[in-house]
Amino acid sequence: MSVCLLIDFGSTYTKILAVDLAGEVILGRAQAPTTIETDVTIGLRKALNELVDSCGLDLDQVENKFASSSAAGGLKMAAIGLVPELTLEAARRACLGAGAKVVCSYGFEIDKEVVAEIEAARCDIVLLCGGTDGGDKRVITHNARLLARSGVDCPILVAGNRVVADTIREMLEREGKRVYRATNVLPTLDIVQVEPAQALIRDIFIAHITHAKGLDKAAEFVGGPIIPTPKATLQAAALLADGAEDETGIGSLLVVEVGGATTNIHSVADQSPVTPQTVIRGLPESRVKRTVEGDLGIRYNAPTIYDFVGRDTFMTKLRALHPPVDGTDFDPDRHIDYLSENVGHVPTTELGLSADIVLAESAASIAVERHAGTARQEFSVVGEILVQHGKNLLEVENLIGTGGIFRYGLHPERVLQAALFNPNRPWSLKPKSPKSFIDRNYMMYGIGLLAEHFPAQALRIAKKYLKETKFEG
Amino acid sequence: MKRRHVNKAVVIGTIGADAHMIGGWVLEKAFREAGFTVAFLGAVVPQQEFINAAIEIDADAILVSSMYGMGLLDCEGLRDKCIEAGLDDILLYVGGTVAAPIELEKNWPEIERRFREIGFDRAFPNTCTAEEAVQALKTDLGLE
Repeated sequence: MSVCLLIDFGSTYTKILAVDLAGEVILGRAQAPTTIETDVTIGLRKALNELVDSCGLDLDQVENKFASSSAAGGLKMAAIGLVPELTLEAARRACLGAGAKVVCSYGFEIDKEVVAEIEAARCDIVLLCGGTDGGDKRVITHNARLLARSGVDCPILVAGNRVVADTIREMLEREGKRVYRATNVLPTLDIVQVEPAQALIRDIFIAHITHAKGLDKAAEFVGGPIIPTPKATLQAAALLADGAEDETGIGSLLVVEVGGATTNIHSVADQSPVTPQTVIRGLPESRVKRTVEGDLGIRYNAPTIYDFVGRDTFMTKLRALHPPVDGTDFDPDRHIDYLSENVGHVPTTELGLSADIVLAESAASIAVERHAGTARQEFSVVGEILVQHGKNLLEVENLIGTGGIFRYGLHPERVLQAALFNPNRPWSLKPKSPKSFIDRNYMMYGIGLLAEHFPAQALRIAKKYLKETKFEG
Repeated sequence: MKRRHVNKAVVIGTIGADAHMIGGWVLEKAFREAGFTVAFLGAVVPQQEFINAAIEIDADAILVSSMYGMGLLDCEGLRDKCIEAGLDDILLYVGGTVAAPIELEKNWPEIERRFREIGFDRAFPNTCTAEEAVQALKTDLGLE
């Protein structure tokens, strides 16, 4: 036995997954409410005790511990660029791919009002971009000057026009800011290069943010760095798709992660045009991509999803899942309010479980549509042209569902079904006929944590425990 | 209008619903060889994308290619948008089969006049070579 604990300090729950690296099996899992306000190790100890009780684990046998965190708001970043579709978009992608939440983003020259917003947002890192290498210098310099004079006290990562990077760094450091510098996220208009910035974001998270978030004791317990949870899931997605040295992956994939506050979508698939003649517009897409919808979550943001869907559609969907709802005094408005006020609520009745599924499938459908690209016909004198924006996911081979709902949900496959191509909205390039898998063990984050140190074992465990599911009809 | 500084950077693309690419490629190569930074946007490029690219690379000029005879229609309003985007001193060139072929042959001065009217600094007929375009820009930028 070589026991490894994979811990996630989530916004609501601290989760532990215990795996045996020698036998490549999952030994058990446990969770307890996250206690970030007081002492994060209280919740951790509780979860550990539960783990010991439920699967008879001997903690003395633990050889490795790895952890991720999205507690205390996760990694909050502000993104600043020049043109919204260009350097600002590249900056946002750099943040998202590093596992951050982009709490505010701005193009062009910022002003005092924007600076006040950034100060109020209490970000963990500000990413300052703008201009291709040798391109515009004026705007990023202006923005740096305002940041230098501001009350922003978090680290500032500069990843814009190389030509002025040194000047900007000095300008910020003179005012006592902590400055990091990475290569430009958009060195030329046709190259998005976010990896160096992402590597620094990770370093900054480990160096400063672990402490700022009250995760010191957690890091001490783990005996190593803590990384942002979405980054772990993204690593799991990349490993699962592309494989490790001596273990092949399962090919292109899309991961749908429905949470209480957000819905994360991760795709690992090469960008391809819908047809060979298709004209592709916009910034080049990367193979590994993450988007997060901060307005879609089945607890904190249940009211937003409910508003998107509308009461009538919500009830129609719920009735289809659970016909007896008509005989009860169920009031959807009240139920949704209850969920948003009791974010730790885990339903026990069939009606409650069904309502969760309706919320989750709606969130998944919208989030995947936002993540996926579009293809639309445009008419020209030379005939019809298909113009594609964003990532083509039509041919994606695998679809994976993860998050609490896929563990306790009643018909979680319905949530995945909502991520599929919809003939009524043919412009949205969602997957057409992928194999579908459900992460019943809520292990994806753990696989991502393991991927950094034991990729082959992590991959084999993931392949063993992902349950393929078939859609009805 | 006098430009504040010269950055030796140009944006090249084929505008509108026009899918022609070759002219743009030839220009891209010629300008690179002449030491310019080139943002080549390909074909079917909307006006906004020319402008976005020009802002981001701090371009001296936008070189618009049009081969399907609708150049005037597609180029209208580009100068105004440039002014709005803070690019009031950028040079705008257009070239190719910028109007119906018969018009090009018979009425070139009139076509040129209409492009100037909508804010373009130069218009080139489809007989112009890439070298001529490079030379023209160098002259306008005061490089030679």
